[in-house]
Amino acid sequence: MKRRVVVTGLGVCAPNGIGISDFTEAIKKGISGVRYHQELADLNFGCQIAGQPKIPEEMLSTYFSPLQLRDMDATGIMYGMIAGVDAWKDAGLSIMSKDDVDYDSGIIFGTSLLGADKFRKAIYLTDEGRVKRLGSTTVIQTMASGISAYLGGYLGAGNQVTTNSSACTTGTESILMGYDRIANGYSKRMLVGGCNDSGPYIWGGFDAMRVLNKKHNYQPEAGSRPMQTDASGFVPGSGAGALLLESLESALNRGAYIYAEILGGAVNSGGQRQNGSMTAPNSKAVQRCIKDALTNTYVKPEMISTINGHLTATGMCPTEIKNWSTALGLAGKEFPYINSLKSMTGHCLAAAGSIESVAAIIEIEQNMIFGNVNSDDIHQDILDIVDKERIPSKTLYREVDIVAKASFGFGDVNCCMLFKKYLPNKE
Amino acid sequence: MNSEHYEALKNVIKIYLPTDVTIDDINPNSHLINELNINSANLVDIVLDVEDHFDITIEDSEIEKMDTVANALEIIALKLN
Repeated sequence: MKRRVVVTGLGVCAPNGIGISDFTEAIKKGISGVRYHQELADLNFGCQIAGQPKIPEEMLSTYFSPLQLRDMDATGIMYGMIAGVDAWKDAGLSIMSKDDVDYDSGIIFGTSLLGADKFRKAIYLTDEGRVKRLGSTTVIQTMASGISAYLGGYLGAGNQVTTNSSACTTGTESILMGYDRIANGYSKRMLVGGCNDSGPYIWGGFDAMRVLNKKHNYQPEAGSRPMQTDASGFVPGSGAGALLLESLESALNRGAYIYAEILGGAVNSGGQRQNGSMTAPNSKAVQRCIKDALTNTYVKPEMISTINGHLTATGMCPTEIKNWSTALGLAGKEFPYINSLKSMTGHCLAAAGSIESVAAIIEIEQNMIFGNVNSDDIHQDILDIVDKERIPSKTLYREVDIVAKASFGFGDVNCCMLFKKYLPNKE
Repeated sequence: MNSEHYEALKNVIKIYLPTDVTIDDINPNSHLINELNINSANLVDIVLDVEDHFDITIEDSEIEKMDTVANALEIIALKLN
């Protein structure tokens, strides 16, 4: 018998809001975090807009010691610490004292490439023959697991402390991994989520692949256009999202506030076969992942209140909608509501799934479906499948019971999660 | 012991002290790791800061000898001569 798993804490450091209350306000009102970046223009980027959290300078001293801050160049670690520590505190958990370890709490916090700016400095010094000048902070800020290590040290977590990495699936995958660990009895609490660095060294490779939107450099907030006829690329983003997952038993024992229940999900890969490749998903595998997630959680398609899609705006949105429709066996007015947070944040890469899952949990908690922004010209191939009314452009306030969240990543990897309103009487 | 160097070294060390150790706990005989509880990984950073402050170069073989405040000051004095 698997243990039930609930969400008792949330934290977020998103381009359109830092902290749960600002972020909730932003997604309800459709506030965009996409801005023009002069630095990208100066470097001849085709896409000169991006989503990047605006962190007030003084804020960081809450999360880092003066020594940690002095040579801190890894933006992903900054975002991840803000989201992760916030989620921990939001759950009402305390920080372990110097001599105590919490062996019942673990961390699975993912990223893609961490500390790019730090690595750049290290490369220059190394090439100049001054390797000794790297000091002690280069390794810990550029190792992928730097984020879980910083969080683990801050909190005193003693269960599994690790970092997952599966490109743009990372953030969602971490939730499933943490869920599995608690459901199987290996841990009571898992801090899960993902973070992604900002900056030209992170976004440049995507610009070179011509997968970013180059057409809205002077209208940044209109630049992220998932599901639209003129969607011509995604807007690069960054940030972090975090969820504190906990066994229902532990949460009830502590008297913790419960945001929602994690029903579980599924993860798979399309093997880069059939129509899948390094950079494009195998549609059959995507459909299978969604179906497996439903099977694993005993959820019937018509029970889904709303879908929080991957929906990046590269032109693959109609394919994704078709995959959801085929997997669920629902279309037209029967299709669940669907939205894309990326319309407000850009594509936050390894952090995307975690920030979007935080949004999904807020939707359940507040009985609200946030509206898609920049959604006035939906692609005809999408409208052929889904009734327009199911793609809200304004926030809807209505009962939200189950949210399906999926993310798809380079390497042809998929993850789909099901989140549900927590009902105390079900056992 | 050169008091100017001593004060400068204390200022360098300050940021590396754990939260339960203060600059007032530093004395010339303090052992950086065993008594001041500085993380051993940070010794290389202290060396870099000392090099920058005094405009000297410290060799790897000399880092091992910088175990106490007094021994560090001795190496600094030697380099400045």
